Amino acid sequence: MTRYYRPSSTADALSALAAEGGGARALVGGTDLLVGLRHHTIEPTLVVDLKAIADLPEPIAVGDGGIRVGPTLTMGELAAHPVVRRRYPALVEAALTVGSVAIRNRASLVGNACNGSPAADTVPALLVHDASIAIASRAGERTVPLHDFFLGPRRTLCGPDELVTRIDLPRPPDGFGSAFRRLTRRRGVDLATVSVAAGVDRDGRVVLGLGAVGPRPLRTELDAPFDAADVPGLVRALDERLEIATPISDIRGSREYRHAMVRVLARRAILAAADRRTSGEMAA
Amino acid sequence: MSAGGLHDLQTVALTVNGSERTVAVPAHRTLLDALRDEMGLTGSKTCCAEGECGACTVLLDGRAVNACLVLCAEADGHEVTTVEGLSERGLTDLQEEFLNAGAVQCGFCIPGQVVSAEYLLRGNPSPSEEQIREALSGNLCRCAGYQRIVRAVQATAARRRGDRG
Repeated sequence: MTRYYRPSSTADALSALAAEGGGARALVGGTDLLVGLRHHTIEPTLVVDLKAIADLPEPIAVGDGGIRVGPTLTMGELAAHPVVRRRYPALVEAALTVGSVAIRNRASLVGNACNGSPAADTVPALLVHDASIAIASRAGERTVPLHDFFLGPRRTLCGPDELVTRIDLPRPPDGFGSAFRRLTRRRGVDLATVSVAAGVDRDGRVVLGLGAVGPRPLRTELDAPFDAADVPGLVRALDERLEIATPISDIRGSREYRHAMVRVLARRAILAAADRRTSGEMAA
Repeated sequence: MSAGGLHDLQTVALTVNGSERTVAVPAHRTLLDALRDEMGLTGSKTCCAEGECGACTVLLDGRAVNACLVLCAEADGHEVTTVEGLSERGLTDLQEEFLNAGAVQCGFCIPGQVVSAEYLLRGNPSPSEEQIREALSGNLCRCAGYQRIVRAVQATAARRRGDRG
């Protein structure tokens, strides 16, 4: 029998998680958790609702150095935030691919990014923007780079008695462009078959975040700088670098199809990101 | 209320369509099931029950959400508006335009469509067709009445702006 608990402090939440010995699950938006509860794929002894905790980081804090996102920021709030739209366009595009308006009114960025799904829509963009994650336990708080956070499907550095309390995104350097491209069987309310985020800086340095092509999201960089006049060279570089992808065949696509599509999406994402370096603003 | 305690039954006090309600539910009971089974509000429909179809769309503190993906306990202290709450004084202009446009076929998805469309129009009184389709993309209609649903929302927007059709 699942019980429900709405603590008012982080300490109370952490104590409750620890007391359940791994049987508890944290709840923010519930858009994954409630589906799991319904299908009995997740059967927690206790659901710990984080939405009334007073001492968690605020939903979003903008500073000179970047932004800090707390556990309760929804996808809808993220995608509408003017600073996020200006500095992190790939993340906005990714957030807007999640579910529907009603899903985005509940689903949280932290929940999507941190439940360990290799197909999580927002993770490739967060990787491209060099996100780090703050994890709280009763022993204190530690911060890890997001690309170290994922261990395998649904396995992360966040233990059962811990909470992710923040995602930090550094301010991108001037002239940095980013973009996100996703392939699904239908638009919205589907998991990604393949997803790619790309970032290109002023000097053409390319960073990629890859989703749904391995047991965990991947971050990689290209050796040669991006040259808009040499797309064939880019295609060759991607063919070589994207050998790191190890997709599986499942209901959404075969291994071979994903291998082929990750190259296509990467090229499209890089070209879109490079275009944004000068304009800065993303299209409305 | 006891949502702060570790009890098997949760006592949940919430405001539904302007009235204060208190229900005692198991922790896993969704807001949708509580609205339908505990409060007799069957306008919100149970269909996919996993956030894909939108038939259960309600407003939670004024925001459109899938009631099947909210625990009733989470709604403690919050305000819920269902399709019944939108139309307490008879059919709304939006509902009339759904009828005028012939947008209601079997009707099962319509409460969710109406709540989502109302949410859109409250935030954006002059939505483009693309914005209407995006706003309603989480509301599936198995009769595929989408063209007329879009027309109904456009007609409502025009009517609220005082345009003459």
